[in-house]
Amino acid sequence: MTISTGSSAENQYGESMKRADTSDLGPTAEEYMLPSAQPVQLVNPSGEHIHNDRYPLPDGEALLAAYEKLVVGRRINEQANALVRQGRMAVYPSSHGQEACQVAAAVVLEKDDWLFPTYRDTVAVITRGVDPLGVLTLLRGDWHSGYDPYEHKTATQATPLATQLLHAVGVAHAAKLRGENTVVLALCGDGATSEGDFHEALNFAAVFHVPVVFLVQNNEYAISVPLKHQTVAPSLAHKAIGYGMPGERVDGNDLAAMLSVLGKAVDRARDGGGPALVEAHTYRMQAHTNADDPSRYRPQSDVDEWVPKDPITRMRTYLGNLNLLTSEEEQRIAGAAEETAGTLRDGLNSEPEINPADLFEYVYTEKTSQLREQAALLADELAREGAQQ
Amino acid sequence: MTDTAVRSGAAAKAAEGARTGPQPLTFAKALNTALADAMEADSSVIIFGEDVGPLGGVFRITDGLTARFGEERCFDTPLAESGIMGMAVGMAMNGMRPIVEMQFDAFAYPAFEQVVSHVAKMPNRTRGKVKLPLVMRIPYAGGIGGVEHHCDSSESYYAHTPGLTVLAPATVRDAYLMLREAIRFPDPVVFLEPKKLYWSKETLDLDELRKEADDAATTGSLVGRAVVARSGTDATLIAYGPSVPTALAAAEAAASEGRSLEVIDVRSIVPFDDETVTASVRKTGRAVVIAEAPGFASVAAEIVARVQERCFNSLAAPVRRVTGFDIPYPAPKLEHYFLPSVDRILDTVDELQWEDA
Repeated sequence: MTISTGSSAENQYGESMKRADTSDLGPTAEEYMLPSAQPVQLVNPSGEHIHNDRYPLPDGEALLAAYEKLVVGRRINEQANALVRQGRMAVYPSSHGQEACQVAAAVVLEKDDWLFPTYRDTVAVITRGVDPLGVLTLLRGDWHSGYDPYEHKTATQATPLATQLLHAVGVAHAAKLRGENTVVLALCGDGATSEGDFHEALNFAAVFHVPVVFLVQNNEYAISVPLKHQTVAPSLAHKAIGYGMPGERVDGNDLAAMLSVLGKAVDRARDGGGPALVEAHTYRMQAHTNADDPSRYRPQSDVDEWVPKDPITRMRTYLGNLNLLTSEEEQRIAGAAEETAGTLRDGLNSEPEINPADLFEYVYTEKTSQLREQAALLADELAREGAQQ
Repeated sequence: MTDTAVRSGAAAKAAEGARTGPQPLTFAKALNTALADAMEADSSVIIFGEDVGPLGGVFRITDGLTARFGEERCFDTPLAESGIMGMAVGMAMNGMRPIVEMQFDAFAYPAFEQVVSHVAKMPNRTRGKVKLPLVMRIPYAGGIGGVEHHCDSSESYYAHTPGLTVLAPATVRDAYLMLREAIRFPDPVVFLEPKKLYWSKETLDLDELRKEADDAATTGSLVGRAVVARSGTDATLIAYGPSVPTALAAAEAAASEGRSLEVIDVRSIVPFDDETVTASVRKTGRAVVIAEAPGFASVAAEIVARVQERCFNSLAAPVRRVTGFDIPYPAPKLEHYFLPSVDRILDTVDELQWEDA
């Protein structure tokens, strides 16, 4: 999707030239690289529009379409949690509460753009169009990744932290060398910003001036460790200026703001403006995974404070007040969400076909003599087991 | 990029100075020529790393490539090895054949997570959907009087990681042919260049070599193929990379003492050529494995185990190793105590139970 910036007087960084017009020197690095004083918010938790000079509100149609994906995304999180409880999946890192980030990350990209997700970005990957059962393969445990990254230009979900950001830079760099108009959106969390690869990826992206938008979902916790133990920077978005790229912070539970801010960064990257860093302020409402016990490190009252900031509630209020979201429409959307949940249930309730011979099939393009021997050993074991039964 | 970067074969010839016939060629120049020829043949081949641009690399292996192919195809990066490796993964995902240079063996360690967790695993993780045709070149091993962190034999780390192909040439000829093959290879290759051999020379006909490289593309692979570097009958010395010339010198010395040693140049650490090695040991009945790396849990240890498992009935003596000691690589004035030497190899050969005690 494209979001109009509503201004023609923009510099190469996509920023308003208003201030620059009063000076011969143009905007300073501080003016275009430092984030807004407060996270950008276009629709507040009460469902009211907040005007922002730099970030226009997406139109109603775009918001309604994204809202539907938001509701479906929440349902995916709920269903996946249930499937873990029923023993159908090994583990699920839920993005409950972060669905606005998830949906926006998928929706702002064109078909030929690339998305680089993490393990917590299942909803973003499904929203991008990847087959939900393929996405859950990793967590079901029958292979490490269950989809073809080239089909929807969506990389495998990274479990090591921040490593995928460098792959995103490489994909963008290759595209740039070939003169392709590809934008790459790379996701990570607040904890990952402490990793060396985060630093190296942002630095490489800036030095090679490649079209990558880095979206940090700051959900305040890296498993049990709060953000204050990761950094004492004024914000994660402030880190951008250190690499020579603009940083912006946004209310990550505000779907409208996420679409507008991310959309602008993507457009700017596509126009040759280079990389950008966007920090989304959100909150991990649930445990890290089902194996985690958040009561050991945060009081429930902290979590409760975030309930009124929920991304779905405010958007429902906003769209309802504008009569864009009727009760029939709500019912239709709920039906779509149920349908996706049903697909997950049916798919996960059937046993996947597992072929042990596949263990040796993809390590190299051509099996080494050592792997041929080992494959034969396993095949022999299985044949003897079969003969005994 | 392709328009400006890909030149005609005639232009390449001119750039080479139109030399023909056999001529002295160093190991370093053979690698440099292999890189240039690969870039000439395939516009998706790109090179990056630290100081590989205008300087031509600290060992000059990329000398002249930026001038010839442009700075989009051979360029310097920020000083960050994980960044270099990680960017190469993304480029390989997106249609390129990146060749990265790690400046020195021990300076490749910051890239280790990218190598182990992504370079090695991506094709398997995606059921072969994502191939990573990239080459990680590493000037490696010692014997050059280098200061700390410049002389590590790091092959075991890579050889222990499924998904990586690990090559180590020992001759000028193989330096050219194996690098061409590594660049063409569909899977990621860790290409170990023995630093102390960079200045070794052979007289070779480059045109013949180029033809051979082109033939190899259709007729067969050097990957997974060891070679008998010297024929012998009494015992087999098994070596790779920087230890091959040492093994050959030991065999020469043994010959003057009336003992005939066969020398196997492993060349391809992963995949390992069990067939060539076991055929030799079954013939000679005795074997010594030679490598610079500390011997504990090493490639040399693996070779000993494989030979023992496969040749037990043919063996007249236990398979022995001559390796570096299990200590950090020594300071320059101490390295000759550490490195496998002709004398230490011959002493070990003498201990292979030639007569009943």
